[in-house]
Amino acid sequence: MTQRRNHQIGTGLFIVLGFAALGYLATQTTSLANYRQGPTYALKARFTNIGQLKLRAPVKIAGVRIGSVSDIQLEPDRLEALVTLAIDNRYNQLPDDSAASVFTSGLLGDQYVALKPGGSPELFKDGDEIILTQSSVQLEELIGKYLVGSGDTPAKKPAEPESASKQGEKP
Amino acid sequence: MTAVSTTSTDALVSIRGLRTKLGDKVIFDGVELDIPRGSVTAVMGPSGTGKTTLLRHITGQLRPDAGSIVVDGRELATLDRDGLFDLRERIGYLFQNSALLTDFTVFENVAFPLRQHARLPEELIRNIVLPKLQAVGLRGAAELMPAELSGGMARRVALARAIVRDPMLLIYDEPFVGLDPIALNQVLKLIRTLNHTLGLTSIVVAHELAAVSRVADHIYLLAAGKVAAHGAPDQISRGETEWTRQFFGGEADGPVPFHYPARDYAADLGFTQERA
Amino acid sequence: MSEPQPRPSLIGDSLAQVGALGLFLLSVLAAVPRSLRYFAETVRQVFFVGAMSLVIIMTCGLFIGLVLGLQLYEVLSRFGSTASVGTVVAIALYRELGPVVTALLFAGRAGTSITAEIGLMRATDQLAAMEMMAVDPMAYVVAPRFLAGIVAMPLLASIFNALAIFGAHTVAVTWLGLDNGTFWSNMTGAVDVWTDVMNGVWKSTVFGGVVTLVATYQGYTTAPTSEGVAYATTRTVVSSSILTLAIDFLMTAFLM
Repeated sequence: MTQRRNHQIGTGLFIVLGFAALGYLATQTTSLANYRQGPTYALKARFTNIGQLKLRAPVKIAGVRIGSVSDIQLEPDRLEALVTLAIDNRYNQLPDDSAASVFTSGLLGDQYVALKPGGSPELFKDGDEIILTQSSVQLEELIGKYLVGSGDTPAKKPAEPESASKQGEKP
Repeated sequence: MTAVSTTSTDALVSIRGLRTKLGDKVIFDGVELDIPRGSVTAVMGPSGTGKTTLLRHITGQLRPDAGSIVVDGRELATLDRDGLFDLRERIGYLFQNSALLTDFTVFENVAFPLRQHARLPEELIRNIVLPKLQAVGLRGAAELMPAELSGGMARRVALARAIVRDPMLLIYDEPFVGLDPIALNQVLKLIRTLNHTLGLTSIVVAHELAAVSRVADHIYLLAAGKVAAHGAPDQISRGETEWTRQFFGGEADGPVPFHYPARDYAADLGFTQERA
Repeated sequence: MSEPQPRPSLIGDSLAQVGALGLFLLSVLAAVPRSLRYFAETVRQVFFVGAMSLVIIMTCGLFIGLVLGLQLYEVLSRFGSTASVGTVVAIALYRELGPVVTALLFAGRAGTSITAEIGLMRATDQLAAMEMMAVDPMAYVVAPRFLAGIVAMPLLASIFNALAIFGAHTVAVTWLGLDNGTFWSNMTGAVDVWTDVMNGVWKSTVFGGVVTLVATYQGYTTAPTSEGVAYATTRTVVSSSILTLAIDFLMTAFLM
């Protein structure tokens, strides 16, 4: 029966279309998209404060995503956050004096790790640690600082992106 | 053929002491009835006497409040759902309005009972269905949809569907309603020939005496919840009870009143002070 | 069989309806194993309730996406967070709008036609004819439509969501100039497969069952008159919409 056959074909097309839509939504519009796995290599960085940085948060250079946060731990002896970044293997040309900072996208957006490339001829290798880091800017501390009118901790001095970038470019 | 008896009685259907109430209304009050094997039995009666209800009892769609209904030697009250379905597979039922499945062609409608109960090769299905359509004269209409059929044709298709599994019992619910004289003659002829050639037992529910007399071997007249009269067509139509007189003589008033029960007429018109 | 009776009380009436629906659900579930032999019928019903609803679902999905994009871009720009347009659109769609709006459209498109179809089958004795041919209408007519609803709804909701995302992207990125990368990276950063996308899928699966259950129930129990069928069709839309929203609340509150 041709009519029955048409119904079966139509049903098949509908189901394929439906699953295609679901598959697209599930893999391309969610955090699954961030696993879009090529092979990656690991870099470590220590921060005194990572704010609201979460697992799988993006790692960017110049606003372009190059990897994600794969692990966050507290180092028991130094009481600092040890963050592991999984960087896409395509981006294996990073100078080993690049600096990492925890930034917020927009005023209230999610936090991410930004890398500022340095000028060293040596490149990062798998498992290397990023020495130059800058912690998350805490809104409350900023406000407190301006109210009291004093920079209470030296670590907060280079809190502004400008100084961080100068620091990165100087060497 | 399944019509061959498996029991000692020669009645395929036998009903004893049937009592039924639907809501507050008493439909049957002690009906006794036998349908002999191999015959055409007509059940007649004024509208609203529960002829269709009787058919629903015989097919087990409705359980009686009291009494026994034995079909082919089996008491319906003792059958579970599967037992009933087994029984119904051997009963063909022609609905008043044909009840063809509107999604399917004529051919698929007739093939429907076959397809649902067995996985048969397509060729075999054709070889069963086409002769049935041929028997009702509609082989050429096999690929039409039910909406394209006239009332008489639809009824003949429904008849082909009812006999496609070679039933032992064929039930016709009002098969003559709304047919023109040509279609009526065709259906009458079919009822007779099917009954003889297939050797089955038929129950016809109708109220057209002229038509019924031409096919029925035996007539039951139901009225007021009881069997008012029964016998061969010529003998029952000459019957002398007041029921038969009114029913077959066509008198407007009698045991079945012309007037629906009402208040006093004069009071309704406001001529007297009487209160309802 | 009964005409709409004068209702004793709204609460009593609704309770009786829910109870009757629950019993009907049990008999549908009991019929599901028997309906597996009518697999071709279920496939046919997926075509009718699913594929035939595609046009309305896709059109509405696209417009909802366009409107969401416009509204959210406007509102979020007050807080300087237009970057989150994609995120908010996606989360709102996946968790709520997709399943619920699809269910309401589905009730109007497929639910009514199921009710009218079964109601007319009742009125023209087709259901009784099946009974007489020893075919159980619960297994042959009701269960395939119920299963088809459960299969089709999550797929329809996914297609709805995909078009709505496309619509929002068109407005925010193509017309209003939001950065394409920002739109997607914010979305992918904040939307989770399990807590957002799959929650929506579960919800719409349940809604598909609810709508087709109500539709088949109303059709199956309709008074076999043209008035009865009309009444049952209206009732399908009203009851299944209310039930969908109530169950949506319960699922959101207790399960997610």
